[in-house]
Amino acid sequence: MSDPAIDTTAQTTPAQREALLEVDHVTLRFGGVVALNDVDFTLYKGEILGLIGPNGAGKTTCFNAMTGVYAPTQGEIRFKGQRVSGRPRHKITQMGIARTFQNIRLFPEMSALENVMVGADAHHKASVISALFRLPRFWKEERSGRDRAHDLLRFVGIQRPGELARNLSYGEQRRLEIARALATSPTLLCLDEPAAGFNPAEKDSLLKLIRKIRDTGVTVLLIEHDMRLVMGVTDRIVVLEFGKKIAEGLPAEVRDNPAVIAAYLGVPTDAA
Amino acid sequence: MNAHVDKVRSRGFAMRNRWQNMPPQVRWVALAALIIFLYLLPNRWFYINLWYFRTMESDMATVLFETSFFVLLAVGLNVVVGFAGLLDLGYFGFFAVGAYTVALLTSPESRFGVEWPWLAAVPVAIAVTMLSGVILGGPTLRLRGDYLAIVTLGFAEMIRLYAARNEGIANGQRGIPQIPHPVPEIKGSDGQPWFGVVDARPYYWLTLTIIIFVILGVRNLTRSRVGRAWVAIREDEDAAQIMGVPTFKYKLWAFAIGAAVGGLSGALFAGKQSFINSDSFQLTNSILVLAAVILGGAGNIYGAVIGAFITWYLPEWVRGIGGVIGLDINVAEYRILIFGAVLIVMMIFRPQGILPSRRRAAEFADRREAAAPTEASA
Repeated sequence: MSDPAIDTTAQTTPAQREALLEVDHVTLRFGGVVALNDVDFTLYKGEILGLIGPNGAGKTTCFNAMTGVYAPTQGEIRFKGQRVSGRPRHKITQMGIARTFQNIRLFPEMSALENVMVGADAHHKASVISALFRLPRFWKEERSGRDRAHDLLRFVGIQRPGELARNLSYGEQRRLEIARALATSPTLLCLDEPAAGFNPAEKDSLLKLIRKIRDTGVTVLLIEHDMRLVMGVTDRIVVLEFGKKIAEGLPAEVRDNPAVIAAYLGVPTDAA
Repeated sequence: MNAHVDKVRSRGFAMRNRWQNMPPQVRWVALAALIIFLYLLPNRWFYINLWYFRTMESDMATVLFETSFFVLLAVGLNVVVGFAGLLDLGYFGFFAVGAYTVALLTSPESRFGVEWPWLAAVPVAIAVTMLSGVILGGPTLRLRGDYLAIVTLGFAEMIRLYAARNEGIANGQRGIPQIPHPVPEIKGSDGQPWFGVVDARPYYWLTLTIIIFVILGVRNLTRSRVGRAWVAIREDEDAAQIMGVPTFKYKLWAFAIGAAVGGLSGALFAGKQSFINSDSFQLTNSILVLAAVILGGAGNIYGAVIGAFITWYLPEWVRGIGGVIGLDINVAEYRILIFGAVLIVMMIFRPQGILPSRRRAAEFADRREAAAPTEASA
């Protein structure tokens, strides 16, 4: 397992790329703290983009801004050409952005199946009245939602749909979060450190899962610490440090970039 | 003590599993038998054979009616507190709105002077309480936890004080008398209206029927995207929203549905009592309904039913039993005291309630584990 990574990159040529999410010169301040400083990059349809950087580099902040949790102080984030910030969060989900959480945030007392069905409900139209009187529309959506949830659980490899989320193993919980996010039928799936706490075998199966997700036509944004996973699965990488973008490019390019190496390993001469 | 607590708890789960593993036919027959039993219960020829189960000193039918409308209130509040997890301390405010709406629309003493029949006023009362729920919920459901509790508490007190002080509409402390009984057109065998002053049985049967329908409705909602949304909101509101749940909308629905059921109980109460004033809507009642829901097991419809039954029926029953064994005490006076003690014991031994929802039980188990971590919890 020295370097299988480079071969899997760049399946789409730059010429035919279509922008899905544009982070347009975004600055985000919390009081005096500049969490993001003029960050600018584009996510193209159908790719797997890695967002990396040392601890505190602003990855999760960037991620939160992209999913509408924070509004940028300056600049703009556009998804399919439309502004993301300023919309209610559930509307952003309906636009087609789904995410998982760095610290798992499932609904612990709901079954795995119900967790995924909550995601599937994002596009359901049945009203409270039709649920109350069990109108045909309710049955139709309930049935299709259930089928879809079962399919997704199989897709991510969870065998016990009826088990409460809190009783699932750690790895299953991480994968359940992915299934729940996929149930909202996203065009963009944002994974926030999905491999945290995984052993190498689990990381390998996660890597396969991410590729499988991309193959179904979903664009993936991946925040990850584990370099082997990032190098192995992403098409392109954006590197942040202290809220600024310091590099962008193919995994091989990024790995050899002196600024990136300095950010991760530290360079005595340039320090302070 | 913990070992004992766990033993009691596991026995409870075993019983539930046994019930759920029975063939559906058996369950349907058992349920039908229970419902028939409940309909027969207020008849003297029936309950007289029930030995010590009946109330000795108060009229059985009246106690059953009061219990039943209290159960209805608990079922409604359970939607708000149990399912959506919104702490509502002012539930009796909605009850008062429903009762006053009926009173104002029907009573000849009302300033409105419309004198509608009771039945026509009920849908209006439900609509008005639902609306008041939306008006109260609109600005306040953005608050969470304790803040919401304070606002709802204030709401109930506002309604009560307004009713007590306002002479123009609510007649102040004199209240509104002569509220007509439900459907006077239905006559009994003696030619008198079925819904009369003395016999409480028709009111009980009416309320029981309404409870069954309300339970069916709530059950339908909880087993749908609505119920999933409520539980998701209760467990992690932010995550629910990010997964596409319009959280505000569903919280408002829970509030409105709870309010509507509260208003319906108020309408029933007004129709039975034929007189209301602000004394009928004391704050302790709100607390008592909430306590009933918690006692029975928040988040479980049948838990709420059992909790309300115990909260209302048991003190009346104890009052009679006290007389039988020769104690000269009025238990009703000590009711809140005893109830407080029972709640404290419950919180120690069974914090999730008598008949909790599966989920809620697990949530409490989590907290217990967090409080006393063992090596098993990983």
